[in-house]
Amino acid sequence: MEVSRHWRLNEQRYRLVGETCDSCGTKLFPPRDVCLECAAPAKELYTFTGTGEVFSYTTIYDAPAGFEQNAPYTVALVKLEEGPLVTAQLTDMAKDEIHIGMPVEMVTRKLSTDGPEGMIVYGYKFRPAVVAAL
Amino acid sequence: MSDVSIIGIGQTKVQESWDTSLRHLAWYAIEEALDDAHTNQIDAIYVGNMMAGQLSHQSHLGALVADFAGLRGAEAMTIEAADASGGAAMRQAVLAVQSGLVKTALVVGVEKMTDQTGNLVTSAMSTGLDADYEAVHGLTNTGVGALLMRRYMHQYGVGVADFAGFSVNAHANGADNPLAMFRNRLKAERFAAAPLVADPVNLFDMAPGGDGSAAVIVTRNERAMDMVPRPVRIAGSAIATDTLALHDRENLLWLKAAETSVQRALAAAGLTADDIDLFELHDSFTVMAALSLEAAGFAAKGEGWQLARDGQIHRDGRIPISTFGGLKARGNPGGATGVYQIVEVARQLRGSAGDCQIEGAKIGMAQNVGSNGASAVTHILRVNE
Repeated sequence: MEVSRHWRLNEQRYRLVGETCDSCGTKLFPPRDVCLECAAPAKELYTFTGTGEVFSYTTIYDAPAGFEQNAPYTVALVKLEEGPLVTAQLTDMAKDEIHIGMPVEMVTRKLSTDGPEGMIVYGYKFRPAVVAAL
Repeated sequence: MSDVSIIGIGQTKVQESWDTSLRHLAWYAIEEALDDAHTNQIDAIYVGNMMAGQLSHQSHLGALVADFAGLRGAEAMTIEAADASGGAAMRQAVLAVQSGLVKTALVVGVEKMTDQTGNLVTSAMSTGLDADYEAVHGLTNTGVGALLMRRYMHQYGVGVADFAGFSVNAHANGADNPLAMFRNRLKAERFAAAPLVADPVNLFDMAPGGDGSAAVIVTRNERAMDMVPRPVRIAGSAIATDTLALHDRENLLWLKAAETSVQRALAAAGLTADDIDLFELHDSFTVMAALSLEAAGFAAKGEGWQLARDGQIHRDGRIPISTFGGLKARGNPGGATGVYQIVEVARQLRGSAGDCQIEGAKIGMAQNVGSNGASAVTHILRVNE
């Protein structure tokens, strides 16, 4: 079990807490302390809204350890409203309704399990955007 | 131009080698390379390997290989850069010999992928991704290839069948290579009907993993000329990196590290892309072949696939690729692959490529890519004249 490895990322996994660049204002997720755009320090925390759209996606049939029970599942690159791409599973949607450009929003779900007695890792996935559907 | 030349090469067939251990695999390639170079005086060994710690419960391959190959005492270590480990190990050998501190260096790429069953190989391959932000979501290396291919198709308006030419070419060349993992020819119509591995990547889009080992011996050029009849010169050598995670790339469909390493290697060699007679690229997925051709300057953005459609990548085309089958048909033994590429380019330039020979090849390029673009290693080799 790797409790601390996942625990220390709770702010990212549950709330999409990233960072803002002090210099050029670029929003960063995951947080990396150094701006991807201008290499200036970027340590100010920023909580993303969690809305965005599907940029690319794939259905995984050959699952790695810990994900066997979920297969097949869909992993996407989601373009967040603030700019960055994030890697996450899509959930609560039929496979044939997924398309590039589809509006989605972040939800918290079970990511993987370490056997029946082991730790469960929770984190963000994305579902069809409720607001956009209304 | 570097002062380093290749004096010995060796390789095993890529396959499921259930009767051969990790150490024996490495030794078979080394034995062939030592015989080829007519020497057993090796000062440093660079082992290209990605997954032995996970798949064979064996780390410390430098000492293991030096010991088992009868080269005890030599400076030796593993070089790891995911599936670019082999190319990265080659780069270290070039640096070492060029510096003058190492007289003769041995590079051996080795990967033992078929001792594990189930999804352990999938999990091990995925350790080359960002563990905290990619693999934790169940993304795999194949999944990354699929995310790239889907976006490429969407952005450039191409279909799955448009990628068929890469695999058809790889299999046609692999059919002529006795050391290839797959020697069957592939028909374009069968390509599009293949079962999906990670939508839209199908079985014939992706390169098969296998056991394998390849070895290269390098020394300073003036010594090489006295030691062997046909040394092959390392004209250019470069490694570049990009963001580890796919989602952080400046442009998802541009292999910046590949572009940078090609430009650095060409500049060092005093050459342009037009001078390259053949290109052993990292066709782990058909879309990676298209992206590598674009990054190297052989095609405009979004047009790499057209070189496959038009037959420009064939052995008699403008820029032959995967001339021994590439990763797709020769097989993709993980961290060993980059050394296979060097061996294959050297064989082309020596004129000893058998039925895979590119007539009159004088300058060849090899490019080994790690984690679909996070690392890229480019070597340019040329006939020593």
